[in-house]
Amino acid sequence: MSAASPASRWRGPLQLVAKRIGLAFVTLGLVSAVIFTISGLLPGDAAQELLGQGATPEQIAALRSEMGLDRPALVRYFGWLRGIVIGDPGKSLVANMPVADIISERLPNTLVLAGLTTLFAVPIAFLVGIWSAVTRGHAADRALNIMTLAMVALPEFLVATIAVLVFSVKLLWLPSITIVPQDPTLVEFLRAYAMPVMVLGVGVIAQLGRMIRAAIIAELDRPYVEMAVLKGVSQPRLIFRHVLPNAVGPIVNAMALSLSYLFGGAIIVETIFSYPGLASLMVNAVTSRDMPLLQACAMLFCATYLFLVLIADTVAILANPRLRQG
Amino acid sequence: MSSTRLFRAVARLPLSGKIGLVLVIFWIVIAAIGPFIAPYPPGSFSNQEVFSESSSEFWLGSDYLGRDVLSRLLSGARFTVGLSAVAVAIAASIGTGFALMAAVGPHWVDELLSRAMDTLISIPSKIFALVLVAAFGSSLILLTVIIAITYVPGNFRIARSLAVGLARLDYVEVARARGEGRLHLALVEVLPNMIRPLCADIGLRFVFIVLLLSGLSFLGLGLQPPDADLGSLVRENTSGLAEGALAIIAPAVAIASLTVGVNLLIDAATQGKAR
Repeated sequence: MSAASPASRWRGPLQLVAKRIGLAFVTLGLVSAVIFTISGLLPGDAAQELLGQGATPEQIAALRSEMGLDRPALVRYFGWLRGIVIGDPGKSLVANMPVADIISERLPNTLVLAGLTTLFAVPIAFLVGIWSAVTRGHAADRALNIMTLAMVALPEFLVATIAVLVFSVKLLWLPSITIVPQDPTLVEFLRAYAMPVMVLGVGVIAQLGRMIRAAIIAELDRPYVEMAVLKGVSQPRLIFRHVLPNAVGPIVNAMALSLSYLFGGAIIVETIFSYPGLASLMVNAVTSRDMPLLQACAMLFCATYLFLVLIADTVAILANPRLRQG
Repeated sequence: MSSTRLFRAVARLPLSGKIGLVLVIFWIVIAAIGPFIAPYPPGSFSNQEVFSESSSEFWLGSDYLGRDVLSRLLSGARFTVGLSAVAVAIAASIGTGFALMAAVGPHWVDELLSRAMDTLISIPSKIFALVLVAAFGSSLILLTVIIAITYVPGNFRIARSLAVGLARLDYVEVARARGEGRLHLALVEVLPNMIRPLCADIGLRFVFIVLLLSGLSFLGLGLQPPDADLGSLVRENTSGLAEGALAIIAPAVAIASLTVGVNLLIDAATQGKAR
C-alpha cells in the first residue's frame, strides 16, 4: 500500500466519480424527456386552449405555427431542450415575460430561505441524531424516536397553522406573512424569516435526525467500535473521531435529500406565508397552466436534486478509504 | 394468523404502537360510517354564526359559511382515507407487479424496468405530481391515478430488491428446475415471502400519499368542490386562522392523527420483528 503513489491511490475513486457524473447527465436527459412528454405533448392543444372556444380554425392555425406546435414532436423537444440548456426556456404564456427573468427574480429568495433553514436545522438534526444514537434504547432515545416519528408525519400546514396561532395571533411576536424587507436590519430580517424557517425546519430536523441516528447506530455495532471502547476511548472522541468519519456516506446522502426538499419541496410553506420563492411560482404555473414556466421550474428542481445527490455520492466515494487502495 | 395469535401480537406492541393501532382503526371506522353519523348534511348552512366556538349543538363549531365542521370533517375523512387507500393499492400493485416481473423475468426486463424507474425516481414526487396535475387536471379519478403513479417508482425500488434477493435463493431454483412457470414462481414462491416488509413500505407510502393529497387539496390543486377532503377543509377556512378558528385546526389535526397513527403503528410493528 505504501508503494502506491498518491496519484494512483486516487485513480479508482476518481474514475467512479467520473462515471457518476456521466450517469447523472444521462438521467437528467431522460428526466427532461419525461417532463416534456407529459407536459408538452400529451395534453391537448395549447393554442386551442389559449384562444378558447370561440376561436376560428384560422386563428388557431396561426397561433399554432407561431408557437411552433405544428412541428414534429422530436423537433419541438430538441428545440425546447436547447432553450433549457442555454438558459432561455422561452416565454411565459401568462406573464408574457421571458421565463428566465421570472425565475432569476425568484431564485435568490428560495436560496435565502433554504440557506437559513439549513443553518438552523442541520446542527439540531445532528444533535438529535447523535444524542439518540448514544442513548440507544434508553428513555431519551425512545422519547426522541416518538417525537421525530410524529414530526415526520405532520402536514406542513398544521405546523404552520400552529406557529401562526402561537407567535402572531397569541404572542404577537412575528408577522403571519413573510414580506422580504428592503435593506433590513438584522432584527427585521430574522423576524421576517423566523416562522417559515421554523416550520420548514421541523420536517428537516425530524427526517435528517432519524437518518443520522440510523447511520451512527449501524457503525456502533461494528467490531472496531468495540475495540475502541475496550481501549478506553472517551465517548465524544469515539463518536467524532471514530464513528462519524465512517458514517459520512449515508449522512451526506441524507443531507442531499433534505436540501433538495428545501429547494423544491417548500411548496406549502411558501404558499402559506405568501413567500415569493420558486416553489410557489411553480404552483402558480400549475394553476394557470403556464407550461413553459412549469417545465422550466420542474427541470430546475430535478437538476438540483440530481446535483445534490451527485455531490453526496462524490463525497461518499472520496471519503471511503477502502476505495482508495488503487 | 389465528385470532389468539393476532391478539397476542397486539398485546406485545409497545404503548406507542397501541396508540397508533387505535388511531388507525378509528379512522378506518370513520371513513366507513362517517357520513351516516354526521349530525347535519355536510353542505347545509346550519349555523347563523361563522367560525363559531365549540358548543353542544356544533361540537367542532362552524366554518367560514356557517356549516357544521364535524359533519364536513366526517365526510371529508372518507375522501382522504378512501382515495389514499385506493391510490396506495394501485401504486403497490403496479410497483410490486413490475418488481416480480423484474425478479423472475429475463434479464433485459429487469434492466429496462430498473432504468425507467430510476429515471422517474429522480423527479421529486411533489414536482412529478404537480406536472401531472397541470397536464391532465384533477378530477376524482385522475387525481387518484396521478397520486398512485407518483408513488410507483418508490414501491418498485423496495419490492424489486426484496424480490430479486428471494429469487436467487435455492428453493426458488428448485421450483424453477421442477419446471414451474414464471407466474407460479412470482406469485407462489416469491410474493408470499416478501409480504411483511412490503406491508411496512405500503404503510409508509400511505402516509406520504395522505400528505401529498391533503397538500394538493390545500393548494387548490387536489379534490375540486363540491367534494372536499380534509386538506380542502383546511384551505377553505384559512381566513379563520387569525382568530384561531376550530374550523381550520380540526381538519389539520385530523390529518396529523391519521398519519402519525400509521407511522407509530408501523414503527412498533417492525421494531418488534427486528429484536
